[in-house]
Amino acid sequence: MMNATYKFLLRLGDDSLILGQRLAELCGHGPILEEDIALTNIALDLIGQATNIYTYAAAVEGKGSDADALAFLRLEHQYYNAVLVEQPNGNFADTIVRQFFFDAFRTLLFEKLLSSSDKQLAAIAEKSLKETRYHLKHSSEWLIRLGDGTALSHERAQMAIYELWRYTDELFYMDEVEQDLLNEGVITDIAALKSEWMTNISVVLNQATLTLPENQGFFGAGRKGRHSEHMGFILAQLQYMQRAYPNMQW
Amino acid sequence: MSTNEWPLWEVFIRSKQGLNHKHVGSLRAADADMALQNARDVYTRRSEGISIWVVPSALIVASDPADSDAYFEPSESKVYRHPTFYELPDGIEHM
Amino acid sequence: MEAVTQEQLAEKFQAKIDADIKIEPNDWMPDSYRKTLIRQISQHAHSEVVGMLPEGNWITRAPSLRRKAVLLAKVQDEAGHGLYLYSATETLGVSREDTIDDLHAGKVKYSSIFNYPTLSWADIGAIGWLVDGAAIMNQVALCRTSYGPYARAMVKICKEESFHQRQGYEILTTLMNGTEAQREMAQDAMNRFWWPALMMFGPSDAESKHTEQSMRWRIKRYTNDELRQSFVDATVPQAELIGLKVPDPNLKWNESSGHYEFGDIDWDEFWQVVNGNGPCNKERIETRIKAKADGEWVREAALAHAKKMQSQ
Repeated sequence: MMNATYKFLLRLGDDSLILGQRLAELCGHGPILEEDIALTNIALDLIGQATNIYTYAAAVEGKGSDADALAFLRLEHQYYNAVLVEQPNGNFADTIVRQFFFDAFRTLLFEKLLSSSDKQLAAIAEKSLKETRYHLKHSSEWLIRLGDGTALSHERAQMAIYELWRYTDELFYMDEVEQDLLNEGVITDIAALKSEWMTNISVVLNQATLTLPENQGFFGAGRKGRHSEHMGFILAQLQYMQRAYPNMQW
Repeated sequence: MSTNEWPLWEVFIRSKQGLNHKHVGSLRAADADMALQNARDVYTRRSEGISIWVVPSALIVASDPADSDAYFEPSESKVYRHPTFYELPDGIEHM
Repeated sequence: MEAVTQEQLAEKFQAKIDADIKIEPNDWMPDSYRKTLIRQISQHAHSEVVGMLPEGNWITRAPSLRRKAVLLAKVQDEAGHGLYLYSATETLGVSREDTIDDLHAGKVKYSSIFNYPTLSWADIGAIGWLVDGAAIMNQVALCRTSYGPYARAMVKICKEESFHQRQGYEILTTLMNGTEAQREMAQDAMNRFWWPALMMFGPSDAESKHTEQSMRWRIKRYTNDELRQSFVDATVPQAELIGLKVPDPNLKWNESSGHYEFGDIDWDEFWQVVNGNGPCNKERIETRIKAKADGEWVREAALAHAKKMQSQ
């Protein structure tokens, strides 16, 4: 079970880290200064979450590792983030849609994790939930502005949904890792979150006058360490300093 | 001037219970929700406030400066002479 | 009441300045005072925003989680400082967008230090320590500037700025206490940023045509050379403390004056960079132009949506 907790924490932390990394790319490039601040704020929150989650994961692993080692020194197939968070920032609609799907999921997940039998995980969830609700408010409101804004913004938001929809299924992925933890009361039934998630996102999508595509199959396996081709480049930037200057203090 | 510039909002923050709201500056936002969120992001990054008010700058009515010598245009009733606070008739492009 | 002449208005205005009474947005002010302030404050705002780019360049490559978070926070602060300053500029009767269009058209400038590239992680340390250090020197002086909104923005900014300088110095200290490769990285950054940091204080007093009027209006409280000297005096000991060599063979402590003597600035380089021929001028402006252009449809959508909501 300890191993399952460790793996689950990596999945959770990697989602935060990689999405935070993507948002950090936008610094100085936002559509208006106020939005630059908002997006960097979210990036900062996500990096903070990743740090907390990895710190706990390292403790659970019990081999003297730390958050930085977990963040920077694993090989690509050892990262377990969902493929959704690797997707490029694209235009502002792509960024917002990716964020919205993610925030809606994480809000539900953290709400359920508040009652985890793992006290540390519950504490992480409580701290992260406040931030995540704020992120969800931001991405929801923007999705509505774009969906129900101009014809161009509507078109771009709709295109983003068509492009990113296929990656959302993986958020609700469960295998033996989650099954074990579910049995121990550490986590909730993640697959079962999907219907509540669908209800919640539909409210916002309706207001945004946007529609969902037909369900497509998608053979993604980020949770198993098999990523899209974007991941290698993300890691090349992320890990560069630690790889070029190994074993040093920063 | 572009027609897509968001309106200007003035921001007031009450930093703790017992104090008044204090004017801290302005920002651009398209609507009230955005103005509040932006105000939180910009003006309370170091937990500098527990209550935020945002007001469209053009809605604030200001008194004349207290200087009793009154050496200024008495018609000034806006917070400051901002070009977007004044509505121009259609057809005027370069004012 | 008799008619008031422009002369009398100007006299009353100067009397306020001389008495250190703040000028506020609706007060009468000479047109040239207003124009000078618009130029200076907007350039200051533009500098904060353009300044996000050389540092933002290294967020995805920050070598630890903590450094990544701190750099994100710092760059976010800079955006916020830009906002405070645009906010102050707008009280003078211009719109932020117009000042940004002027920037993109090359009609106004931003601090030319940001036309230098960030080539290593140590550059992030050097920028925090030297560039923010120089900015602090300038900004502390401006906390007493005569225009109210500008002074208040400066006070706010100064409160946040010391964290920036400290984190930059901490980065370099860590490097200097590290391996040989790290020390080399730090010294290399120092070699590339020292002189451009000194250039941040602008031309020498003899060459600075605006200084006299700005001092008379108490927009400026100290001259360029005064601030530059203060910066050198404060910073050289900080370099020595962590073992960084100042790349100036003419640097010498003068016991009788109580100041450091330092070598001549390469004014050729200074004017080249100010006039658009620095290493990154083109990219910086193009990046900002692109961000604005790419964001047009977003800003338009938000307005369109707000209008729809209002008419409901």
